[in-house]
Amino acid sequence: MSKKILLEMHHVHKRFAGVHALNDVSFELREGEVHALLGENGAGKSTLIKVLGGIYQADEGEIHIDGNKVEIKGVEDAKKNGVAIIHQELVLVSHMTVAENIFLGREFGKGVLVNRRKMNEEAQKLLDEHQVHIRADVLVGKLTIAQQQMVEIVKAISQNSKILVMDEPTSSIADKEVEFLFETMRELTKRGVGIIYISHKMSELEQICDRVTVMRDGMYVGTEVVKNTTKDKLIAMMVGRALENYYTRDYHEPGEEVLRCEHISDGNMVKDVSFHLKKGEIIGFAGLVGAGRSETMKAIFGLTKDVSGEIMINGGKVKVTSPVEAMKHGLALVPEDRKQEGLYKVQSVRFNMTIEVLEQFIKGISVDDKKEIELTQKYIDMMSTKTPTQMQKIGNLSGGNQQKVIIGRWLATNPNVLILDEPTRGVDIGAKSEIYVIMNELVKKGVSIIMVSSELPEIINMSDRVYVMAEGRVTGCLNHDEVTQEAVMLLAAH
Amino acid sequence: MAQIKKKKSELPVSDNKGLMFLRENLGILIALAILCVLLSFLPATSSSFLSSQNIFNVLRQISTNMLIACAMTMVIILGGIDLSVGSIIALSGVIAAGCVARYNLPIAAALLAGVLVGTAIGVFNGFVISTTTIPPFIVTLATMNIARGLAKVYTGGSPVRVMSKQWQFIGGGYVGFIPVPVIIMVIAVVATALLMNKTKMGRHIYAVGGNAQAAVFSGIRVSTVKFTVHVYAGLMAGIAGIILASRMYSGQPTAGEGAEMDAIAAVVVGGTSMAGGAGKIGGTIIGALIIGVLNNGLNLMNVNSFWQDVVKGAVILLAVFIDYIRNKNA
Ligand SMILES: Nc1ncnc2c1ncn2[C@@H]1O[C@H](COP(=O)(O)OP(=O)(O)OP(=O)(O)O)[C@@H](O)[C@H]1O
Ligand SMILES: [Mg+2]
Repeated sequence: MSKKILLEMHHVHKRFAGVHALNDVSFELREGEVHALLGENGAGKSTLIKVLGGIYQADEGEIHIDGNKVEIKGVEDAKKNGVAIIHQELVLVSHMTVAENIFLGREFGKGVLVNRRKMNEEAQKLLDEHQVHIRADVLVGKLTIAQQQMVEIVKAISQNSKILVMDEPTSSIADKEVEFLFETMRELTKRGVGIIYISHKMSELEQICDRVTVMRDGMYVGTEVVKNTTKDKLIAMMVGRALENYYTRDYHEPGEEVLRCEHISDGNMVKDVSFHLKKGEIIGFAGLVGAGRSETMKAIFGLTKDVSGEIMINGGKVKVTSPVEAMKHGLALVPEDRKQEGLYKVQSVRFNMTIEVLEQFIKGISVDDKKEIELTQKYIDMMSTKTPTQMQKIGNLSGGNQQKVIIGRWLATNPNVLILDEPTRGVDIGAKSEIYVIMNELVKKGVSIIMVSSELPEIINMSDRVYVMAEGRVTGCLNHDEVTQEAVMLLAAH
Repeated sequence: MAQIKKKKSELPVSDNKGLMFLRENLGILIALAILCVLLSFLPATSSSFLSSQNIFNVLRQISTNMLIACAMTMVIILGGIDLSVGSIIALSGVIAAGCVARYNLPIAAALLAGVLVGTAIGVFNGFVISTTTIPPFIVTLATMNIARGLAKVYTGGSPVRVMSKQWQFIGGGYVGFIPVPVIIMVIAVVATALLMNKTKMGRHIYAVGGNAQAAVFSGIRVSTVKFTVHVYAGLMAGIAGIILASRMYSGQPTAGEGAEMDAIAAVVVGGTSMAGGAGKIGGTIIGALIIGVLNNGLNLMNVNSFWQDVVKGAVILLAVFIDYIRNKNA
């Protein structure tokens, strides 16, 4: 590899109150390469990127671009130096159109007047070029997360930067879109663009990346050429030791039926869905993004109005018209979009962890502080959440650690039926395997779990039975011993 | 999960609440201290400022603002605003006074009627805000005008006088040596603090203000929370209204003009975010104290009332600015 070096970051340090987020990290990016950045939740990947993008200023260290030392004091400086970033948190303005978002800060037009039509046309051209089937004049708030993610990607690519950074771009988009994204990335690298790529999906490394740099606890661990290394070696570098038994699942005879849904429809995305769940069972819901799996879960959790069909819990017919009622019946739903649907960003980790179980330590006007602290700590430990204190604002945790807190919140409700929508999205490989362990423990104790997931391996390895959905309908149910990747894909493409 | 990293972080046994309070409010506490020290030493004010009579005077003057500011803290944490509280002060005051002057009702019943009128407007605000998506700013802007208008219609624009010692007890009386409004204020502050920090409802307020969508997923009854908070605001404004009417021996249709702005100022100076989701009642208390002490000091110095507004505005800006600097560096 003798290509020109585009970017060097030398001995970068960044400290936050109580956290040494970057501790002497160095990084190098060459022309035309895709360089992966790997590490556990809270390892410092996003922080490094934010230093490069001018969101944070490094406490120490140097950045060189094209061999010249540069000062990146703000987002403007980063742009000037040819750096474009897709951040882990989507930063689109929801009450502006797709086109306005794509060209935010570089609007078309003369003087102060914006040429709306031209902007819409240009944006539409970009979207079409990247096979993103969205109209440029719709409001971003009306799009799904997957679509918003695609808009972010198009926006970053359209800036014609030399250095493109993608912080977990594929965590919420469908396989088909991932294909197009990789296609685009290959195109870009041919033109000499260097791409920094962050993901927790190990399989993507081989597909798209040339080199990989591993970080752990804010420190640089090493850089490897993807072709010459193994997944196990990288995992060992990431977590500090080898990881055996990735999936943990002890199958046992499930008990009585605890939940039965018959002919559930929501008049929109969900069409005549029926399924049942037994005590101590894990059922998986597989399908493509947009198949109506999350909508089905929302419908039975009382989050959708005008749901028709029957829900039976422990053999008795019930009506669920709000989450409050669903929770009374022992249901819990860990939502898919945990940022939007779960996070109280300005509040502490503790507040976020305990908001659903307040009755366990608040009686009238007396608060049992000790109990609240213990409860919070229990789930922080259970999920191996990295946070300096319980009172840290959750918004200051790394993306993956925020997810862990929110999952912990719902575990704390001790549900009978736990619905997990994409439980491992955005969490690191160590934590994923811990989530599997926890799921296994829970079903042993008699909890029943519904897992919606787009990751086929976890569906296949964790479920007693797998329901496959396509276009709002259940197209089949496979038993543990008959579920294969092919079988699922066949049903999903119905 | 045994084979994977299992750092057992040690349990923090409990947080030092006092220390946290100091840290969070350091900026405004210093501002308040400086203000008090200044007033105790400036030649124009040093003789009078620290007298117990003046201190109670300040406390009595801030009592109505404190009541509204308590409720306003919750409204703003909820991500909303309540502009109607100033007008409620007028309406509940004139109704209470009218009950005595026009219908000869017993004073206790009249005061109760005043408070109920305020609460009723709170109920109306709460109902509309919790069942529709009309922004609280608009809803309470409307009820602000309606309530003020009703007060003027009812009185024909001139004060309704009540000349009796008993009437004056709530706003001007004493228990021992402590003014009654100060006692009411302390009760309201304690009640609000308990509600916000010690109850489930309190947590739910923060949750709804922080992320309403997440609150729905958490099984929180968002509309109940909004309704309750606005009723509470109406109640507090109603009480403030009868205190003021009592102290002035009359229900005045112009009472409480701009009171909503003083309350908002106290809340914002106290560090509550207008964006919702975060804030503390402790900060509001200090905020209300700062504004009260400032008013008092300017009066003692005989500063022209037009200039008083300018100074007040500048101090609010300064306090918020200090907060901004601190947050930026944090
Ligand atoms: N603004 C902040 N204030 C305080 N601490 C912060 C802040 N931003 C990040 N941190 C801390 O710095 C560390 C590194 O966070 P970072 O977001 O870089 O992790 P990451 O590697 O991107 O993880 P993930 O895979 O979960 O996204 C974490 O411990 C996090 O809590
Ligand atoms: Mg990150």
